[in-house]
Amino acid sequence: MTIFSTHDSVDSVAVIPMLTGEDVVRLRQKLRQHVQDIRLSLVEQTKFVTAASELARNTLDYGGGGEVSIELLKEDARQGIRLTFSDKGPGIPDIQLALSDGYTSGGGMGLGLGGAKRLSDEFHIDTGADRGTTVTITKWKAF
Amino acid sequence: MDRIPILTMGRILLVTIQVDMHDQLAMTLQDDLTERIVKDKARGVLIDISALDIVDSFIGRMISNTAAMARVLDAKTVVVGMQPSVAITLVELGLRLDGVRTALNVERGMELLDMGVSFRHH
Repeated sequence: MTIFSTHDSVDSVAVIPMLTGEDVVRLRQKLRQHVQDIRLSLVEQTKFVTAASELARNTLDYGGGGEVSIELLKEDARQGIRLTFSDKGPGIPDIQLALSDGYTSGGGMGLGLGGAKRLSDEFHIDTGADRGTTVTITKWKAF
Repeated sequence: MDRIPILTMGRILLVTIQVDMHDQLAMTLQDDLTERIVKDKARGVLIDISALDIVDSFIGRMISNTAAMARVLDAKTVVVGMQPSVAITLVELGLRLDGVRTALNVERGMELLDMGVSFRHH
């Protein structure tokens, strides 16, 4: 847990290993609980859980497995939920290309990264052959 | 659960997805449906997804692929019962479900299939 100020807080609520297809389902179900707890609208819940599902599959299929951490964020006027997907895979050589719709290096439709970005409020990616890939997405809800 | 049950109604195969499917389960359903179309000489496939809270690109691809395989085997696929929040998310995700007919509920889906099937006969 990290406290940035008296108002802002980050509370780590779960770290879920992402090693099998069942783990993706487990993440979706766990996440559904948390997005309901912070009272996101049903549409926003659905968008965020779908984004998480896409990224979890990337972690599994392209990153060779990894983990996902769920954090609850609090600021003065809003609360949010942040997911961090990390793997120690080969990294993504061309992020711009990977973010464009239709691009896929695997068997998918190539909507994962770009789609997850559109479905989230904030999106950040760090990737490299030496350090794998870490993707962070955040959804905010005003109080 | 390692299989989604497939029911038969005349020449129509009926599937109600009631669990949060992991990828392997979705692939098994796709294969099972394709086999059953041939085995049962089905002319239509109706997939009820009203219990699904999300449809991500993997499930979407499974549905599109199933429809494409059914089409090659001379059967029509209708997906029914998509929740509004799922529809909104699908569009934003960029998933188009190409070649898949949709209907609001099972009844309308059956109508679509009946029309499609009888249309071929006359």
